[in-house]
This record gives sequence, C-alpha cells and structure tokens, in this order.
Amino acid sequence: MKDFRYIDGAAILKLDRESCTGCGMCVTVCPHRIFALQDKKAEIRDPDGCMECGACAKNCPVQAIYVNPDDGCGCAALIIGRWLSRITGKTPTGCSC
Amino acid sequence: MATSLSRRDRLGTIGARSGFLRNNYKLIPGLYCVGSPGSESPVFVTANYKLSFDALRQELSGIEAWILVVDTRGINIWCAAGKGTFSTAEVAYQVKNAQLDKIVTHREVILPQLGAVGVAALDLKKSCGFRGIFGPVLARDIPKFLQNGKIADEAMRTVTFRLSERAVLVPVEICLLWKPLLIAVMTIFVLSGLGPEIYSFEDAWQRGLAAASTSVLAVIAGAIVTPLLLPWIPGRQFWLKGIQTGLIAGLVAYALFSSEVGRLAGFGLFLWAISTASYLAMNFTGSTPFTSLSGVGHEMRRGLPLQVGAAGLALLCWVAGPFF
Repeated sequence: MKDFRYIDGAAILKLDRESCTGCGMCVTVCPHRIFALQDKKAEIRDPDGCMECGACAKNCPVQAIYVNPDDGCGCAALIIGRWLSRITGKTPTGCSC
Repeated sequence: MATSLSRRDRLGTIGARSGFLRNNYKLIPGLYCVGSPGSESPVFVTANYKLSFDALRQELSGIEAWILVVDTRGINIWCAAGKGTFSTAEVAYQVKNAQLDKIVTHREVILPQLGAVGVAALDLKKSCGFRGIFGPVLARDIPKFLQNGKIADEAMRTVTFRLSERAVLVPVEICLLWKPLLIAVMTIFVLSGLGPEIYSFEDAWQRGLAAASTSVLAVIAGAIVTPLLLPWIPGRQFWLKGIQTGLIAGLVAYALFSSEVGRLAGFGLFLWAISTASYLAMNFTGSTPFTSLSGVGHEMRRGLPLQVGAAGLALLCWVAGPFF
C-alpha cells in the first residue's frame, strides 16, 4: 500500500525461489501488490508492504511461500486474550471481530 | 434479486455498521440471481454477510448473473477467509449443492480477490470441477472487470483505505466499547468519592463527572480522531499515534478540570486520557487492511506496558488527589 506504511521488518514472509514455478498466482492475489515475476520466477518487491494476509501462500501450488501462520484480525483485544491464555492455559476467548 | 437497496436494506446497513445487528446480519447460503441469467452467465461467489451480498448485487445492475452465496456464518469475505469459513471446501460444497454444473454450461466461478486468503483457486477445480478466477477487490469494479474480458488491472487488485472507508468503521469501534467503558466509568465514580472525609457522595458525583468526561475525550481521540486522521498523524505504530491525539485530549481535560479537582488529580486525568487513547488507537490495527499481525505484536509489546503503567499512575494520582 503506497499511502499507508506499517512497521518495517516486522512481517514474516518467505519465498523459496528454487521451487517457484512462476505461475503468478501470488502476483494476482496480493492486495498490496508486493510480488512481481522476474525471469519466470516470483520475486518479493516490497516485503515491508506485507500484511500477512496469507493469500499468496494459500494460492501457491508448490508451497514456495511461507507467511506467519497465526490467524486473526490483529486487534489488540484478541492478542491480549491470546497472551493471557498462554499464561492461564485456557483457550483464548475471541474478540468480537 | 434487486440490484438496488430497499429502505429495509438501508436500515439493516445502519444496524450492522453501528454494531447492533452486526453479528447476525446474514442470509441463507445458496444460489441467487440478478436479472435473468442463462447458462452462459457468469457466477459470482460471495459471503452470506448481508453487507457483502448487498455490495455485490448493487454493482450488478444491467448484468445478468448468478450469485453463489456460501456460508461464512455472516462474516465478510476477507475475515471469513482468514478464519477458514470462506474456504475451498466450502465453495466447492456450495457449487455442488446448487448443482451449478446443471445450471451453467461453462465451468468457472468468479471469486472476490480478498477471498484468496481462504480459497486456493487452483484446488477448486479438483474439488468441484469449476475453476476459480479472482475478480477485483471491490465489487464496485466488477462492471469494468467484465468489460475488460475478466481481467483486473493493478488498481482493481489493490486494497485501499480511504477516509470514507475508515469512517464507516468508527461506529462499530465505539459501539464495541460500551461495556468496558461503562464498567470503567462506574468504577471511577465509586473511587471518586474517596477523600479526607472518608467518603463523599458529593465528590463522587462532581469528580466522577470530570473523570467520565475525560474518558469521553479519550475515546474521541483514540477511536474517532486517530482512525480518521490516520495517514496524517506522524509515526507508524498506532499506540504512538494514539499518544499524540491522547496528549491533546489530556491537555483539554487538564485545562477544563484541574482547577476543580486539583493539580495532582488533574495530572491523573491527563495520564488517563493519554493511556486510553493510545490503547484504543492500537486496537484499531484490527480494523485496518495493512497491519501485519507480527507488526501488531511488536508494537503491543512496547505500547501495552506503558499504557498499563500510565493508567495505574493515573489511578494513583486520582485517588491521592483529594488528600493533598
């Protein structure tokens, strides 16, 4: 996203160019347009633009992409619930989003 | 289905956006249509959240199309895809359930691009015989997408977060706050009565009113001003953005109430406004389309201890105030 930037270096996104077949699905689905095809292989052009939605990894036919697998909307209430559940051992109560 | 919204639809939209109807605003999954589609007509897939469905059908006026509504338990496409209900298996199930292969001669469904988080288009064909192609992010671009020969350009594939898109999120943020806010304000009222005369109901009311007003100022700063002015407030971390708007709310609160409650308690109000606004701003990360979960964890590990610390100190100042 051009007009909104979040914390640099925070998003967890890995691409294995070796196994990439260059199908271009990641380029298609990314809502922040951070992939491009270069020499018939995908390439991450803007790693800090990633919001870890996971669409690229989901649609990669050869599992060449790894994205932080923790799901959730990422509101503070949910994350606090998750941290508390790690301490108390109870299952996290979801936020209402 | 009509391609325009009735008065009832509009009322429902207000209900859902304000949070009253939000968790139960759904329709029955299955196949719907707009216009009088035939066997060649395109098939659009959407969620059974009524706002998603309405957004889609409104853009299809003059287009003959099928709409396949899948069961996401009344959640929008992007969130449902993230949570696994808008999935390859669910779309395949609804395709088979609607016997789509007997209704259309082509073997293609158009998926919303944001559904890609949950649906692997390439696997869809294996599970139901229909291949999935990704349409634009917004339903608004569908007519253009169809004109372009079902090709979405870069702009259609990019998610945006314009002022209007941020503004519609504000009412829900506020409405979800009612409960915790009410508890906080009640507690403040009770605590406000403590003083040298042990307990004063007069003080509880007077000082409580000042604290409650400060809370309202903090909510305005953190949950309304911060989301609206998001790109213009310096910094990338949301808790830092919230500190800035909270600072203004805190200064206003101090100016309004410190002569009445004293400097120490006034300082408590100042801190309370900042910590609350900072927290609320940080919580807004959950509503944006550009914050990564890793990033939110990163800023929360920094912001939360300070917010909790400042709120604790605020409480201390508030309770100690009347004794000095």
